Amino acid sequence: MAVVNVRKRSTDMGPDLIRTRRLESWSRLGLLAPAAALLLGVFLIPLGVMLWYTFTDPNPGLENLTWYLGDPVQRNVLLRTFTTAITVTAACVVLGYPYAYAMVAAGPRLRAVLTLLVLVPFWTSLMVRTFAWIILLQDKGPVQAALSALGFGHVALIRTNLGVVIGMSQIMLPFFVLPLYAVMSNIDRRLVLASSSLGARPVTSFRRVWLPLSLPGVGAGALIVFISSLGFYVTPALLGSPNDSLISQQIFTQVNSLLLWGRGGAMGVVLLGITLVILGVLMASARILTGRQDERVE
Amino acid sequence: MPADLSALGASIDLKGLTKRYGDVIAVDSIDLEAKPGEFLTLLGPSGSGKTTTLNMIAGFESITGGELLIDGRPVNALPPYKRNIGMVFQHYALFPHMSAGENIEYPLRQRKIPKAERARLVEQALNTVGLDKLGRRMPRQLSGGQQQRVALARAMVYSPRVLLMDEPLGALDKKLRDALQLEIKSIHEKLGTTFVYVTHDQDEALVLSNRVAVFNKGKIEQVASPHELYERPATVFVAQFLGESSLFRGTAVLGSGAPAVRTAAGTMLYGGRSEALDGEAATLVVRPERIRVTSVREPQPDGNWARGWVRQEIYLGNSRKLEIELIDGSRVFARESAGSVSACVSGDEVWLAFRDQDAAVLADSPGVDLNNLETKTAAISVAG
Amino acid sequence: MTRVSTRVWRGILVAFCALVALWLVAPALVVIPLSFTDKPSFVFPTTGFSMRWYENFFQDPTWVGSLLASLRVGLLVVFFATICGTAAAVALTRSKFRGQQAVRAVLLAPMIAPVIVVAIGVYAIFLRAHLLGTTFGFVVAHTMLALPFVIIPVTVSLQGFDRRLSSAAAICGASRWTSFRQITLPLIAPGVVSGAVFAFVTSFDEVVLALFIQSPYLQTLPVKMYGSVTRDIDPTIAAAATLILIFTTVITVAVAIYFSRRNHAR
Repeated sequence: MAVVNVRKRSTDMGPDLIRTRRLESWSRLGLLAPAAALLLGVFLIPLGVMLWYTFTDPNPGLENLTWYLGDPVQRNVLLRTFTTAITVTAACVVLGYPYAYAMVAAGPRLRAVLTLLVLVPFWTSLMVRTFAWIILLQDKGPVQAALSALGFGHVALIRTNLGVVIGMSQIMLPFFVLPLYAVMSNIDRRLVLASSSLGARPVTSFRRVWLPLSLPGVGAGALIVFISSLGFYVTPALLGSPNDSLISQQIFTQVNSLLLWGRGGAMGVVLLGITLVILGVLMASARILTGRQDERVE
Repeated sequence: MPADLSALGASIDLKGLTKRYGDVIAVDSIDLEAKPGEFLTLLGPSGSGKTTTLNMIAGFESITGGELLIDGRPVNALPPYKRNIGMVFQHYALFPHMSAGENIEYPLRQRKIPKAERARLVEQALNTVGLDKLGRRMPRQLSGGQQQRVALARAMVYSPRVLLMDEPLGALDKKLRDALQLEIKSIHEKLGTTFVYVTHDQDEALVLSNRVAVFNKGKIEQVASPHELYERPATVFVAQFLGESSLFRGTAVLGSGAPAVRTAAGTMLYGGRSEALDGEAATLVVRPERIRVTSVREPQPDGNWARGWVRQEIYLGNSRKLEIELIDGSRVFARESAGSVSACVSGDEVWLAFRDQDAAVLADSPGVDLNNLETKTAAISVAG
Repeated sequence: MTRVSTRVWRGILVAFCALVALWLVAPALVVIPLSFTDKPSFVFPTTGFSMRWYENFFQDPTWVGSLLASLRVGLLVVFFATICGTAAAVALTRSKFRGQQAVRAVLLAPMIAPVIVVAIGVYAIFLRAHLLGTTFGFVVAHTMLALPFVIIPVTVSLQGFDRRLSSAAAICGASRWTSFRQITLPLIAPGVVSGAVFAFVTSFDEVVLALFIQSPYLQTLPVKMYGSVTRDIDPTIAAAATLILIFTTVITVAVAIYFSRRNHAR
């Protein structure tokens, strides 16, 4: 059917037009080709190779996946990766929401300062920041000294999961604050005023008006933080303990040290699959939510 | 400038020109010709295909069918930058990162004209549009009217043989529009270039054009001079779209005498000419200012008479408009100019009188929804 | 009553934000004093003052070599990613075709796919193709990671670009390429510049993929720092970190100046 239609249309168009049309699609192809070739060569094919190893190395079959899903150590690693990512996301929400709110509520000068401060870590190298956290969290380091001065006693930070969460949250916070700020600054503040002029107490109008309107921003920021946290490698590797490693570190070890490509591949497949599923589910639910909002507007 | 510039204009021929987007036909096999040096206006409501036609002439839209000839040469496959056509866009489309002078110089730069010559031509063009001292300003520092003058200068600086204009005055206010209309007209007379002008504003079309092509639903209803278009509309659509018309619907009766329409109430109304076939659904069209309203029926030979009731009086300063309900429930307008206003007021029973030669029997085009058309025309005259 | 409680709330919010801001900014700053310490340790607060770690940095060919490698790779990535990304953004915004959404999704995928997963696949391929430790390998891999960061800002710029200007240029006699160069490019420059800067930072900052595709003969600065942190306690890394801080600050300020000048000019 489709073929017939295409033929029919092209005879209608006349010879000249076909030439210009084809030129257009050629130039589009030319524009996309370099980027597409790059993605194919160092993204899609590598992922394909990883899949291939998963099911063939060392023997063809599902043994790598069954090993991964059956190994209690690996199950713990996966669980720890999840709890770490959730903790980091929660920390970003708790610390970032008031910060973003302050950015919106502040006057122009204070807002500029707050924006600059949240952008500074954005521009600082990941390695530099991780290294800085090593210094700060080391035994007898400044943070430990401050904590014991406050009466918390001796708290181990470096080579603990707590240290990893502190470092990762600091690195991820800008990624949470910026999208949330974008959403919050679009909220019509007259709505809050209207609600309080109707007699709502500040807490009530915040809960009924501000909070629901800013939730899409929280969702977007939290999604970015959570997904990035699942795949973090450098920070947990340098701040955490080898005994409490996360999935990225395990993949690194399997491939780079143990040369067990199939096992590394299997873990990669699981990590990638989880990422895509979470992304897909959340995007779909976001689409449903915004769709509803559009309807309401109309 | 030399006097023989009238030879500068090119002819444009559209032969069965068609544009289709999937299953939607935007322009349906139209035939149209612009003579060298002519000011041709494409007039019609939005979505009637006039802009699509202009874009095909410019080369921005590919042609689905038919042929486009400029000076007798087929240019269907020629990209816009090789057509040597000038164009003025609705929202000016000035390059925001270039000064007014650089904007005007841009087409000259593309033509590899030497620098000194370029400077002279830019100066001359700025002069023509009355912006001598503003060449260094950036577009955002100019008013809307000034920006449109720059756009005009940019389109004509390289003396193209065809100049296209896509609602160039659409974004300006009424006063400025009137002033610029006259300027465009005088520039056209000075240059002798062929102008193809797109607008939905009937007044603009009547003021500017040598000829007007009225578009409706992808087809051309009529091509004629403004005078003929207004006095002798060929279709009900044209009669409605250009100026106001009062419509008496019924059936065409073409006997030995004058052509007539028999209304549902049985009244015979006669016209001076007919574009309809005997027995088909037809409409008698009269301009409201040709209708006289009286409170008593006066005897008058070869005249039309219809009874009705005044439903609304509309005061318009230089005239008064009466909305009159006929016996069959349909409504028509009559316009009385100041100085000859009758005593009839809202609620009165009145008689309408008009001469045969002021009315025409026109076929109801099947594609035209008359009710819909009225609202559209109303909306457009409000916008204008 | 309520006014007092509002003021209290505001005070708490300000104090909270000050703490968060400190937590955001302070860590990066501790590396600066550490780079001037006179002891070969990470002890903080530091004592004394010396430039020996900077001397160390510039006299050690592996440190200087890694800095130069990072700069070389970064600049090449900027070149290729900006061109390929801009071209792709143009194709994606200027035309409609079947599978467009899929192409867009694939081009942006490197941004969300965990780097470690891509890294092992790339490692496997580079191992076979003998591309480990080559500038070419680094540039290709980093360009792939940088592409989304070019495509996104350029697409945003292109969506804000009035396409009638392209039509106007065409009718003035400019071919497609000329019109792109003279009209489109100057007007979408902010997006392209942002993309170029993001591309550089992406490459200059990247560790995970680099750890896999490095070799003793070609290490980028982050790889060298990673190795240094895991192996020895040597404040030279603090000097390196300080240099990176200064370098990125200079780039950021330069870009900020470019944008504010541009905004003033318009």
